[in-house]
Amino acid sequence: MTKRAAKGKSKRPASSNTNDASATTAAAEPAAAEPAAGAESKQTLPPATEPRQWHQVQEGRRKKSAVPEGLWMQCTACTQMIWRDRLKANHRVCPECGHHYRVGAAERIEQLCDPGSFEPVDESITSLNPLNFTDLKPYPARIEADRKRTGRPEAVLSGTGFIKGRRVVLAVLDLTFMMGSMGSVVGEKVTRAIESALEYDLPLIIVSSSGGARMQESGLSLMQMAKTSAALARFDDAGGLFISVLSDPTTGGVSASFAMLGDVIIAEPGALIGFAGPRVIQQTIRQELPDGFQRAEFLKDKGFIDRVVPRGELRSEISRIIDYCGK
Amino acid sequence: MSATSSYGALSSYRPEFEKPLMTLEQEIESLEDRLAGNANGDAAAGESETIRTQIADLKTEHRAKMEEIYSNLGAWEIVSQVARHPKRPQSTDYLRRVCSDFCQLHGDRHYGDDAAILTGFARIGSEKVMIVAHRKGRDTNERQWCNFGCAHPEGYRKALKNMKLAEKFGLPIVSLVDTKGAYPGIGAEERGQAEAIAVNLREMSRLKTPIVSVIIGEGGSGGALGIAVADQVGMLQFAWYSVISPEGCAAILWKQATPTTNSAAADALHLTATENLKLGIIDEIIPEPIGGAHRDHEQASETLQKWLVQTIQGLKRQRIEALMAKRYDRLRKIGSYSED
Ligand SMILES: [Zn+2]
Repeated sequence: MTKRAAKGKSKRPASSNTNDASATTAAAEPAAAEPAAGAESKQTLPPATEPRQWHQVQEGRRKKSAVPEGLWMQCTACTQMIWRDRLKANHRVCPECGHHYRVGAAERIEQLCDPGSFEPVDESITSLNPLNFTDLKPYPARIEADRKRTGRPEAVLSGTGFIKGRRVVLAVLDLTFMMGSMGSVVGEKVTRAIESALEYDLPLIIVSSSGGARMQESGLSLMQMAKTSAALARFDDAGGLFISVLSDPTTGGVSASFAMLGDVIIAEPGALIGFAGPRVIQQTIRQELPDGFQRAEFLKDKGFIDRVVPRGELRSEISRIIDYCGK
Repeated sequence: MSATSSYGALSSYRPEFEKPLMTLEQEIESLEDRLAGNANGDAAAGESETIRTQIADLKTEHRAKMEEIYSNLGAWEIVSQVARHPKRPQSTDYLRRVCSDFCQLHGDRHYGDDAAILTGFARIGSEKVMIVAHRKGRDTNERQWCNFGCAHPEGYRKALKNMKLAEKFGLPIVSLVDTKGAYPGIGAEERGQAEAIAVNLREMSRLKTPIVSVIIGEGGSGGALGIAVADQVGMLQFAWYSVISPEGCAAILWKQATPTTNSAAADALHLTATENLKLGIIDEIIPEPIGGAHRDHEQASETLQKWLVQTIQGLKRQRIEALMAKRYDRLRKIGSYSED
């Protein structure tokens, strides 16, 4: 636990972000340093329609990262030198201190699902620019840049897969795409995932990592909170099982909608979870925030999440819960 | 009429864009003074008559000018100077005029009684309803006491507890939204701000009773939506409703909140009543008195009351199953994306 406390120190100001991804969400938060991946193993995602593969994505990110290249990297939490391959094999959890690095949606699915079992859906749903939004950059340019960089069409990857032989509907938010922010596309795909889980009577797993609602779609993004929550009400009425997995960070409009509505809510160690981001709170109250504030363990202590589960145990924990709920 | 009668009350604060009106007002005032002087002295009746005509003409001109100014306001002007006008009617002002009875219900039965959200039984015309409303507060003490209308989790939970009460006894729910957003603080996070709002969104979508929401001033983000999932959402003409406040948006996307960036953000966010109607986020715009609701609380309340009664009666006529299906579809179709 003492080692985990060191995690909080890895917070960096948003300006240290190498891209503009933080500039997308209503509760945008500083992005913690993410290690660049060196050697990548083959991914198990079906060939789908993706223009790029995950290892290419990681290759692209490496150039921008402040972390030194090579086979070794220094853990941002414990400063130990760790072998990149070992980090990757360990689900991007530091083998020395247990620090959970952030993972993209495709890699997350690879970690969670039985090999090759995931079938993505709704991959052709893409964002428009309904408000003709331009800040310092036009919204379509931001989307295009993130598409190129991540090889993903949007900030969520959804579909069906098997977890230890149990069929599930899975939706995973992708922090690498516009901070995992929820606009019309994320809202729609999550809602469809919920509706499919209801239709096919399958457990629903949503892995969240998001700065919140996407500002560039303003009110439309806000309404996705109500839309997804309303879909979950129907799913709940029908007796569906929803396991919500919260990873670092889950804030703003995502935490204030579907992410906090799980029948069972699991969080990864050290994950930042909250409504308002720490920076906004600090600016409002003008005092230091308590140690560990808004981290997964803090939320567990306050009674808002059911379990803190290390990433390596997520697969077995999820299947264990599915079995209890008779699904 | 009312446009000129309340000059005195407004003198403390005038929006920038009302400057052109002030010249006219000064003219009217000096003419009125002359008229008063004439009445005292042995004035010629003929001159008084001319002055009266002049005043009437100027008032007509004033009214026309005001109408013109208010129909051409920019988004940031609406947010900063009308929706946040210090004299703009708040939920408590409306309740006083709209409801013939208000029986306040306090507390969430778990933690406390959040003053930022006001709830209770009320009678509006012939309708018995449950009120859920943000309370902003008028003077410094009151505003601090109710956190400027920024609610804590116990506020959202109090709202839900009483909305469920309304469901149980078949009362329609009327929510009046006026908040910059849910309160961002340590206590709010400790007590589950995100969970409280999320649960309200889910539960409001399935409450088996009609729900009417009106954005009366500020509709800031999840803090507003947390009591605004409804069958019919109305919005006052000069209110704003958006995923984030213009300042918050400017600070993040433009890297700084200045009048210029705030204004750019306000435009970009499409947060006015007109824009929200186009996007299907609200269902109807409720007109304000000429020159804004702050000019005439009485008239603003009257319009709101009529709209509420009519809307509630319309919703009550529908079967609850049909109503709930429509409530779902209303949300379900919101969004803009392409799919091939
Ligand atoms: Zn480490």
